Amino acid sequence: MRHLMSPLDFSVEELDRLLDLANDIEANPEKYAHACSGRKLATLFYEPSTRTRLSFEAAMLNLGGSVLGFSSADSSSAAKGESVSDTIRVISCYADICAMRHPKEGAPLVASTKSRIPVINAGDGGHQHPTQTLTDLLTIRSLKGRLGKFTIGLCGDLKFGRTVHSLIQALIRYPDVNFILISPEELRIPDNIREDVLRRNHQNFKEVVRLEDALPDLDLLYMTRVQKERFFNEEDYVRMKDFYILDREKMKLAGPDMIVLHPLPRVNEISVDIDDDPRAAYFKQVQYGVYVRMALILTLLEVKVC
Amino acid sequence: MLNVGQLNEGVVLDHIEAGKSMSIYKYLKLDQMDCCVAIIKNAHSNKMGKKDIIKVECPIDELDLNVLGFIDHRITVNIIQNGAIVAKKDLKLPKKLINIIHCKNPRCITSIEQELDQIFFLADEERETYRCMYCEEKYRSSRKKN
Repeated sequence: MRHLMSPLDFSVEELDRLLDLANDIEANPEKYAHACSGRKLATLFYEPSTRTRLSFEAAMLNLGGSVLGFSSADSSSAAKGESVSDTIRVISCYADICAMRHPKEGAPLVASTKSRIPVINAGDGGHQHPTQTLTDLLTIRSLKGRLGKFTIGLCGDLKFGRTVHSLIQALIRYPDVNFILISPEELRIPDNIREDVLRRNHQNFKEVVRLEDALPDLDLLYMTRVQKERFFNEEDYVRMKDFYILDREKMKLAGPDMIVLHPLPRVNEISVDIDDDPRAAYFKQVQYGVYVRMALILTLLEVKVC
Repeated sequence: MLNVGQLNEGVVLDHIEAGKSMSIYKYLKLDQMDCCVAIIKNAHSNKMGKKDIIKVECPIDELDLNVLGFIDHRITVNIIQNGAIVAKKDLKLPKKLINIIHCKNPRCITSIEQELDQIFFLADEERETYRCMYCEEKYRSSRKKN
């Protein structure tokens, strides 16, 4: 039995197979409509995340399966003081697979050590968000036709943005990826990613503050939101939240083939004015998120569809 | 000169930084072992000025000495058999530390579920960096290099 805690849990070859499966689901959704008939997905969301939870639920429903779960710690037995280990032992009796989001880092890993069913990390604090990374990889591969041989700009909250950390860890396994890390000084990439991931693996990267300086060089721009919930201090959040706003003027600096991604939800960092720009790919990304979660559920449940 | 009886079988931990012997006593869980232990504090040392020494009379395989590599790799570990030093153990950084150090990340699951083992893995041997298994928070060894 396998779990998914980090995007690195899959080898590059396994990831290729997973993304191939997701593309096949995209092309032939009817073929998979009953693949998980009789199976149940438990969504254990200890903190609110409508988007990720609904994406998982849509994925399981598209496969003909059922879903159960909770969407906040208040409505779970965690409010009564139950440990993650006990909760997963109980849920293992109810469902065939589970997706867990938890504000505490490492909670899904704890669950995986006690679980009798596959556990998917659906986001743990500021640590990992592997299914967003799978979504990002599928979107990039589908829209650019390749993984690797491009320059990607990662912009915004690079300090607390777990999607960025996970994406960098996944992309360093592909050839010739140049990273441009765009952030205010206070939200720079943490040293474990800069030193242990980028430098140790001899990756090309540079850190800049101005988005305008990076835009002309980018094949991909990955925007992120400054997340209020990651700040202990409201004053710091207010100061940082509108540091970057991608609008029509800035998009003029970008190449015609550059695509803009965002894990969503956005607040102010992408102006709605560019939603109809063909380079804006963040809503397509949401759709790819469902396909890749369908592929992941099939893979972890070891369901084969001929 | 203080004399402590000769060991027949066990280990002598020499060149311990003065004052650290009691923490090593705890790390090695010597308080839980039914064996003869001698702790010498602030002994004279030509090399260090002052040092601590611990002598433990027990079968060598009953002690988990790997943790000493994490605490201070300058400690000399003499293995005693039949009253004589038969080997000196090289201290290396252990690959994993269980319940030796604690994660200080307030966002880590161990901050709310205290029954969990505190597990750190050696992430970078060169920089002597450990990371929490759950949240990957960094813990850098405070031991001094030669």
